[in-house]
Amino acid sequence: MFTHSPKQQRSASSPDTFEVLDEASASLRDEIDELIEIHGENRNALIPVLQEIRSRHAFVNSFAMQYVADRLGVSAAEVYGVISFYSFLKESNYGKFAISLCRTISCDMADKARIAKCLQEKLGVKFGETTPDGMFSLNWTNCIGMCDQGPALLVNEQVFTHVTPKKIKEILDGCRKTYQENEKGVS
Amino acid sequence: MTIRNTITFASIPTDKGLKAALEKEPKSVINDVIESGLRGCGGAGFPTGIKWKFAAKAEGAQKTVICNADEGEPGTFKDRVILAEWPDLVFEGMTIAAYAIGASSGIVYLRAEYAYMRKMLEECLEKRRQAGMLGAKIAGKEDFSFDIHIHMGSGAYVCGEESALIESLEGKRGEPRNRPPFPVEIGYENAPTIVNNVESLAWVSAIFANGSKWFKGAGTKESPGYKLMSISGDVKLPGVYEFPFGTTLSTILEAAGGEDAKAVAVGGASGTLVPPNNFACKICFEDVPTGGSIIVFGKNRNLLDVAENFQEFFADESCGQCTICRLGNVKLLEGIRLMKQGQCTDQHLEDLCSLGASMQIASKCGLGQTSPNVFLSVVKHFRDEIPRHPVAENDDQKTEKAKSSNLFQSVVQLFRTDADTAKNNSGTNKKGVSA
Ligand SMILES: Cc1cc2nc3c(=O)[nH]c(=O)nc-3n(C[C@H](O)[C@H](O)[C@H](O)COP(=O)(O)O)c2cc1C
Ligand code: SF4
Ligand code: FES
Repeated sequence: MFTHSPKQQRSASSPDTFEVLDEASASLRDEIDELIEIHGENRNALIPVLQEIRSRHAFVNSFAMQYVADRLGVSAAEVYGVISFYSFLKESNYGKFAISLCRTISCDMADKARIAKCLQEKLGVKFGETTPDGMFSLNWTNCIGMCDQGPALLVNEQVFTHVTPKKIKEILDGCRKTYQENEKGVS
Repeated sequence: MTIRNTITFASIPTDKGLKAALEKEPKSVINDVIESGLRGCGGAGFPTGIKWKFAAKAEGAQKTVICNADEGEPGTFKDRVILAEWPDLVFEGMTIAAYAIGASSGIVYLRAEYAYMRKMLEECLEKRRQAGMLGAKIAGKEDFSFDIHIHMGSGAYVCGEESALIESLEGKRGEPRNRPPFPVEIGYENAPTIVNNVESLAWVSAIFANGSKWFKGAGTKESPGYKLMSISGDVKLPGVYEFPFGTTLSTILEAAGGEDAKAVAVGGASGTLVPPNNFACKICFEDVPTGGSIIVFGKNRNLLDVAENFQEFFADESCGQCTICRLGNVKLLEGIRLMKQGQCTDQHLEDLCSLGASMQIASKCGLGQTSPNVFLSVVKHFRDEIPRHPVAENDDQKTEKAKSSNLFQSVVQLFRTDADTAKNNSGTNKKGVSA
């Protein structure tokens, strides 16, 4: 369990704290090793690796930041700098289903405010928050290229257009159903 | 239904353009593109053939062709439609570009918001490899190998700016570079690189399928050919339309059912607001240019709401490198909010306008340079929309005014300090950590 050492020599900035890893970190470390295998051991791989961690684990924790930094030979601060720059990497509230409602002008004119209100009521959270069960997070986003069909929103990678309160119910029910089916599939 | 009229791309057979191009020498491919007069469809309108010529001339082993599919300008969605309907034409265009400049690798920078298209695009690429139109020895040509991979964006409007896009590809924060050097000389991994918009690349395929004379035959003298427009807002038939360059705005509004508009934003948040007395203007680079975004505002819209929405967008999306852009957008936003409350004095309005003018000249990239445009258009063409402070001020109002002009002074001060520091540090590449 503790015999693994990173392929690259550890930089001075990272003391040998990885020798005693909890299970979660150890598995994250192996996963990162795998991702670097796929994307290459160089700076260009940084964002694809972070994107993958983000999509699998919902967020990139400080262990992952430090470990990726060591493997790619950059400082952890730079990794953090990159994460904080991109809105799809930096959001700090994460649900299994990340809902992003477009707030830009065409959707605004298509009454996005009504949809925003409905989402907050149905989920019981405000924008920037996650439901207590960790199922849904709610965020604003800028134009998602569906301006002719607003109001528009994204649920993870999926796009929904001409959203109405009735459609919101269907979308949320659909998410819950998908989740239950996946759970069943796992157990 | 998003597609509203006849789009040329629908009539172009797959690979017809690519095969025709591969029969020519790379030099004459570039000449044909120059001959067609095609100008970049991403907004700036730089002649595509000239860009390619620079990249072909530049020395460098690993040249790269990048397709800019970051489409983030508010009100633009034509690239999404092109990628969904005619991905082959885009990949063909990239392949023609690679052949012309001698590149062996291509990257599609696809915005995160379009991730749902990735699988379909990967499949299209794989089909092209199977058919011998991508990979080693394309179309049986011994000495021409080229492949394309897709790189996902992560949600940053500024990464559509070509040098920021390259930074992002290199695993960094998407902060625009100083230019020159331009990417055609020093681009991705320091090698000559061309960055072209999705639509520009699709037109390249169409031009080789139909001939450069055909393309040049349409449009105006300085803006030849056709352009896709994304039309949204208060119109009966929103969607994607194709028009030759030089079509008047009123013709376009008529087609989409938005004739009784109060104003039209041409070019998205970074474009301008056109008032009804100028609806006869022509959409082309010599009159009113656009990357393809047309947002229509009906009679009942409050244009300060529009300016506020756009300024929120820029305050959110500024990369933060330049003080004038980072703080200027916040100050404009605050100013617009004051105006909406009827709290803006004439003096403050004037200050905001001169701040806007400074942003246009002192910002490093197109984002900052264009971010005050819509606000300035509202002031210029729709001044009646701005509820103003009575001229005679009581004491309360004076304090308010003093406060707001202090805000402005603070920006000016910060900007000066920033400019001084920049002067002292010129040559070093400083990067802040938080925007
Ligand atoms: C802030 C900003 C955002 C931009 N976004 C895009 C974009 O999303 N898509 C695009 O093709 N060009 C965008 N551009 C323009 C590019 O910098 C570049 O000019 C263009 O990709 C070149 O391709 P073209 O010559 O084929 O138009 C943007 C420019 C700026 C300043
Ligand atoms: S103008 Fe704005 S977006 Fe462009 S480089 Fe400067 S701060 Fe960044
Ligand atoms: S404005 Fe909402 S998708 Fe473009």
